[in-house]
Order: sequence, then C-alpha cells, then structure tokens
Amino acid sequence: MKFLDEFRDPALARRLLDDIRDRVTRPRVLMEVCGGQTHSLLRYGIEAELEGTVELIHGPGCPVCVTPVEAIDFAVELASRPEIVVASFGDMLRVPGSTRSLADVRSSGGNVRIVYSPLDAVELAKNEPERQVVFFAVGFETTAPATALAVLQAAKLRLDNFTLLVAHVRVLPAMETLMSAPDCRVEGFLAAGHVCTVTGFGEYDDFVQRHRTPVVVTGFEPVDLLGGILDCVTQLEESRAEVTNQYARSVERSGNEASQDIVRQVYDVADTPWRGLGVIPRGGYRLRPEFQRFDAAERFSGLISLQAVSPDSRSNDECRSGNVLSGRLKPVDCPAFGTHCTPESPLGAPMVSSEGACAAYFRYQSLAGH
Amino acid sequence: MCLAVPGRIVRWLNRDATFAQAEVEFDGVSRVCHMACVPDAEVGEYVIVHAGMAISRVNEAEAQRTLADLARLSELDADEEPAS
Ligand code: SF4
Repeated sequence: MKFLDEFRDPALARRLLDDIRDRVTRPRVLMEVCGGQTHSLLRYGIEAELEGTVELIHGPGCPVCVTPVEAIDFAVELASRPEIVVASFGDMLRVPGSTRSLADVRSSGGNVRIVYSPLDAVELAKNEPERQVVFFAVGFETTAPATALAVLQAAKLRLDNFTLLVAHVRVLPAMETLMSAPDCRVEGFLAAGHVCTVTGFGEYDDFVQRHRTPVVVTGFEPVDLLGGILDCVTQLEESRAEVTNQYARSVERSGNEASQDIVRQVYDVADTPWRGLGVIPRGGYRLRPEFQRFDAAERFSGLISLQAVSPDSRSNDECRSGNVLSGRLKPVDCPAFGTHCTPESPLGAPMVSSEGACAAYFRYQSLAGH
Repeated sequence: MCLAVPGRIVRWLNRDATFAQAEVEFDGVSRVCHMACVPDAEVGEYVIVHAGMAISRVNEAEAQRTLADLARLSELDADEEPAS
C-alpha cells in the first residue's frame, strides 16, 4: 500500500537503528505522546531494539484512557434509558466506569451502537427521529474536527434528537503538565503526527524554547518512528532544541486550516479533567454557547447529574493508570498486569483500548526483550 | 483511535461545504468519506482519513523527500564509520 510500505522498509529501518546507536553517547529518555505510536514501537520491536540506548516513556496519548469515569458513568446512565441511544467508537465500550461499562449496559439491553465515525451518528439521528442519539465525543485534536462537523451537519439538518457527550482533550497542555512535574525525566518528545496533521506545529515553538526540549513531529510507521527518534537524539547530542517535522507528507507547519476552522466554530478551549492526571488547564474543548443545545450533559442534566457520585468513592485502588499515563510506571511493573488485569478482564482503560500502553505490552509481550 | 490511514480518492460524490463526500479507496476497499477539510483535493490524490473524515492531503513530494533524507543520513553514517 502506497505511503505505508515504503515507511516499513526493513533495510532502511535497520540502518536507522544503527545510526541511533552510533549517535547516542549516553542513554536518552524520550516520550512518544500518542498511543498509536506506542503500539507501533512495541509491535515492531523497536523499544526492545533500543534498550540501553533510548528509553521510550509512553505518553498519555490514549483518549479512551484519559476519559474521566464521570463521563463514562453518564454515558452508561444515558444508555440505560429506553428513549436514548448512545453511539460510540468501539474502543469506549469495555472501559470500566465506576460500576459498569457501556458493554455491560448493552448486554443488559441498553442502547449502545458502535459507529466508525461521528458523522454516522448524525445519520442515525436522521433515520431514527423517535430516539435521542448521543454521540460520546472522545479523542484528541485529530478527532475533534469530525465531531465538530457532526454538530454543524446536525444544525443544518435541524436535528433536535442529536447531542454530543463531549470529553475531548488537547495534547499540548498535557505535555506542559507532564514537563512541569518535578520528577519528569523526559529529554525530548515525539509529537503525535495525526494531531499535528490538524493543528500544525507552530504552537510547539514556545514550548520548546521554554523547556529547552526538542519536539519532533513523528508518524506511525517504523521508519517514521526511527527517523523521529534519530532526529531527536541528534538534537540532544548537539545540545539543540528545535521543533522539527519528520512527518512532512501529512503535516504542514500551519496544519489543516479547514479543520481548525470547523473546530473553532463549534468548540471553545476549556480546562478539562483527565483520568489519572487531574484537571489540565486548557486541556480540552467544550461546545460554544451557540451550540449548547447539542450538549448532552446540558440536555439530560435533569435526568442525570454528571457529578452524581464523588470521584473519591470510585477510585479503583488496584489500577495504577495515572502513573502509567504520566510515564512513571511501565505497564509490566504494575502488580496487576497480566494477572488481575488482562484485555479479557481489564481493571483500567489502558488495558482495554487499542491504543492503551498496558494493552500494547500485553499484546506484544512475547516480542519484548528480543 | 488516532488511527488514520492514507487512501486514494476515487470520485467525488458531493462538494457541499458541510456535507462533502468522496469515495476513497484503501488497499482495494472503497469507503465513502467526509471531505469538508480537504475541499480542493483531487481524484487520484491521497488523503489521510480518520473517523470517517479526511483530515489532510498526503504530499507525495514530501514523502519522497523524507525517504531520501533518511536514506542519505544513514548512508553518510555508513561512509563515515570506517574512517573514524
Ligand atoms: S495493568 Fe491494568 S491495573 Fe495496571 S495500570 Fe494497566 S490497566 Fe491499570
């Protein structure tokens, strides 16, 4: 497949691995921000190949993993009502809420539909006018344009049975939060390629200067990842800190302006709770006042309260996902990993999601250490 | 979930600003995608599709340039090694 095969070329990948080993004079610590990158690093054995040379700390870039329990509980409550359909990406279904997951409500007769796109949920609302359709809008800047477009389409179609449960998050504020932790060991970042496809990378200039930390916009194939790592360690070895772009086939400095425009029409930036990391200033989006009628939390506030149960009473003692998401704990070092917590019976979201770090380790464990 | 893949535009179905759609082919499988973010993309061009929506055009020249740069970089290193 064009634009994939060339970036999976094993010979080039091997040469890049050698380059990285040659270039590094002492072990370096990098963070890949996006969970999709985490999976590729493990799937292709890159992490194991670089052991002792470059340590990759896995970042919080798994939207499903950082969705607050309150939002999941709210979705679960909605799906239990016969007049409401909750539409969601498949990844969200098995993420545990405080008592149940969306998959649990579905198996007890609740209305949960898996959709591939938020725009399919608009179609659903159009075709089933007798039901309220709520789309569970999770995801980073990559996904926000599609959910924002869903709102614009619903507005044009004058649908009064379509709403969003908004749990969108933004990557850069999370990087900021991680960097300001006193125990942060990250020396350089591989920025999330598809987030930058939308946002561009101009907004990283200030971050790089203030933290004197290189940021390399990086794609998802092995050659992309190794190119990003090589660029990042080269900067560190030369005591440089710049924003560079190793994913130029898909990312321009200014990003995709049409999608930024759609997002700006529909959302405002807002302080947002992240599961495991707390409230992050400017860490997400909320619907703009003129689109409030599409806000599920607002429309159904009479039925259910988003803060019905206090967060303390729901914390799951065994799951260390907060430490995993902030890069303080490797999934394999979590006592529950692979014993009490497996993809079949997950204790936390990082074991469920196709982008979660715990799931990646579980799936590719046999490759690690080779 | 940030999974996004390149696909080739087969034909435009609708060019409305909000409802734009095109048929996009991924490894032999066609799918209807929303195109509001890439209004100027042309048939035959590749786009990156995420959650049913194209979020950018793939720049062929940049793809080649990245590959050439990386190949050159690693060749340079290979050349330097025996000398050092
Ligand atoms: S292995 Fe399971 S319990 Fe441990 S942090 Fe990961 S998801 Fe939570």
